Amino acid sequence: MQLPAIPRPLARVVGALPAFPASLAFSAAGNLAAWPALRGLDWGEVRGRRFCVHVRDLGLKLYFSVGRKGFVPEVASSADVTFTATTEDFVRLGLRLEDPDTLFFNRRLLIEGDTDLGLRVKNMLDGVEFEELTRRLPAGLGQVVTGLRQRAQMQA
Amino acid sequence: MPSEPLLELICPAGSLPALKAAVDHGADGVYLGFKDNTNARNFSGLNFDEAAIRQGVEYAHAKGRKVLLALNTYPQPGEVARWQRAVDRAADICMDAVILADPGLMAYAARTHPDLRLHLSVQGSATSYEAIEFYRERFGIQRAVLPRVLSLAQVEAVAANTEVELELFGFGGLCVMVEGRCLLSSYATGDSPNTCGVCSPAHAVRWQQTPKGMETRLNGVLIDRYADDEKAGYPTLCKGRFEVQGETYYALEEPTSLNTLEMLPEMARLGIAAIKIEGRQRSPAYVAQVTQVWRAAIDAVKRAPESFAVAPAWHGQLDKVSEGSMHTLGAYYRPWK
Ligand code: SF4
Repeated sequence: MQLPAIPRPLARVVGALPAFPASLAFSAAGNLAAWPALRGLDWGEVRGRRFCVHVRDLGLKLYFSVGRKGFVPEVASSADVTFTATTEDFVRLGLRLEDPDTLFFNRRLLIEGDTDLGLRVKNMLDGVEFEELTRRLPAGLGQVVTGLRQRAQMQA
Repeated sequence: MPSEPLLELICPAGSLPALKAAVDHGADGVYLGFKDNTNARNFSGLNFDEAAIRQGVEYAHAKGRKVLLALNTYPQPGEVARWQRAVDRAADICMDAVILADPGLMAYAARTHPDLRLHLSVQGSATSYEAIEFYRERFGIQRAVLPRVLSLAQVEAVAANTEVELELFGFGGLCVMVEGRCLLSSYATGDSPNTCGVCSPAHAVRWQQTPKGMETRLNGVLIDRYADDEKAGYPTLCKGRFEVQGETYYALEEPTSLNTLEMLPEMARLGIAAIKIEGRQRSPAYVAQVTQVWRAAIDAVKRAPESFAVAPAWHGQLDKVSEGSMHTLGAYYRPWK
C-alpha cells in the first residue's frame, strides 16, 4: 500500500515540536483509540517500562509507558526500548501487513535498548487477532482500519 | 488404511493468529510450542498458553488439519518433570504428534502414552537410517525431521532404508552448524537451543545505531556492524562477521535462507512425507505469505511433477521475507558427500 509521503515542511514543523506535548497527544489518542482493544493483554512484565516510538520521517519521538489505565506520557527523553521506523512502516505493522523481522532484515525497523522487552511487546501484539482488535476499537474506527487493511491486501 | 502422506505442508506458529493464518492459507499441519523452555523458540511473549492451544487445535481440526507440538529441547537436570508434564498435556489436548529430541523423553512418551504419535526433531540430529531405525525400534517414532546437512542423494539413501516417514526443511532461516549440537550461543551467553530453548536469547542482544553503522552485540561481544545499505541478519554468532588475521568477514557462514522450491519434484519422487517451513518466531504476516506460496507450489508439483516449474513470483515473494540477501538450496544440492 502506498501511503502519501509526508511533505517536508510539515515534517520539519512536527520534528521541531517539543517531545512532551507530542507524547501527551499520542498517549491520549492511543487511550481513546487502541486501549479498549489492548487492555486485556497481560501487561504485567511491561508495566512501568518506558517506550519510545521514533517516527523517522517526521523526526518525532514519542515517549510513554503502560499503566493500569492505559498509555502514560513520559517526560524523560530516555527509554528502556526504542522502535524506529517511518510513518508508513509503522502503519503497515499496525495493520498486520508486514512482518517485523522482514522490516528488520531490510533495515526499515530498528529496536534499540532492551531487546527482550521489545520482542515481548511485539509477540504480545502478534498474539491478538486482528479482528478481535478491530472489534474492540471505538465504533467507526474499526471499520476504517479494516477497510485500509483490505485495500492494501488487494493492492499487494 | 489411510494412504501414506506425501509432501504435507507443515507451517510454523508462534501465536494463535499465526496458526489461523497457516490453516487459512493451506497448511496441512501447524507446529507450535508451549510458553516455556520445553521448545526451541523460547522467546518472551511468544508461543501458546493452555487456552490458546486448545483454541488452535479446535480450529485446525475443524478444518481437517493437524497440530504438532514441538518439545524439542533437552530436559535439564532437576527439571525433567516439566518436560514429562508437557508430554502429558500434549496427549490430553489431542495433539496429532509431539516432536521430540531427547531419547529419555521419548521413552517416557512411548511408555505413558502409547497412542501418542512421536516425531523425531531435527535437534535429535539423526542423519543416517541406522539412527532413525534405532529410534523407531526403541520408541516407535513414525516420522523423522532430517537435519539440513544432507545432500539429496544422502536423503535418498535414508529414504530407501527406513519405513519411518521423512520430513525435510523447505524454507527459512538456516541453522546448519552440526544441527542440534551447536553450543556457539552458550559460548557467549550461557544459553543455547538444546538447554534453554533459544539461540541468542533476547536479553543478551543489543542493537545500536552508531556513526559507523548499526551494531549488533551479543552479551557485549560485537558480532556485526551493518552499513546503512546492508541487509541485517539475526543476531546469531554463526552469522557474525569477525576479524580473522586482519580480515573481517563471515568467518563461519553467511546469512542466507534455505529455499528448496525447485527440488519439489525430486522430493515427491523420493516419497518425502512432509515439508517443513521454519519460523515460529515470525509474525502472522510472514506465515500467511510463505504458506500461500508453498501451498501453490506443492499443489502444482502434485498435479504435474514432470512439467513443474518454479513461478518467478514465488521466489520474489519468498526472497522478500528472507534473512540475508540470497537464498540457497543448502546441502540438498551438493555434488560432494
Ligand atoms: S549459532 Fe547459528 S548454527 Fe548455532 S544454533 Fe544458533 S543459529 Fe544455529
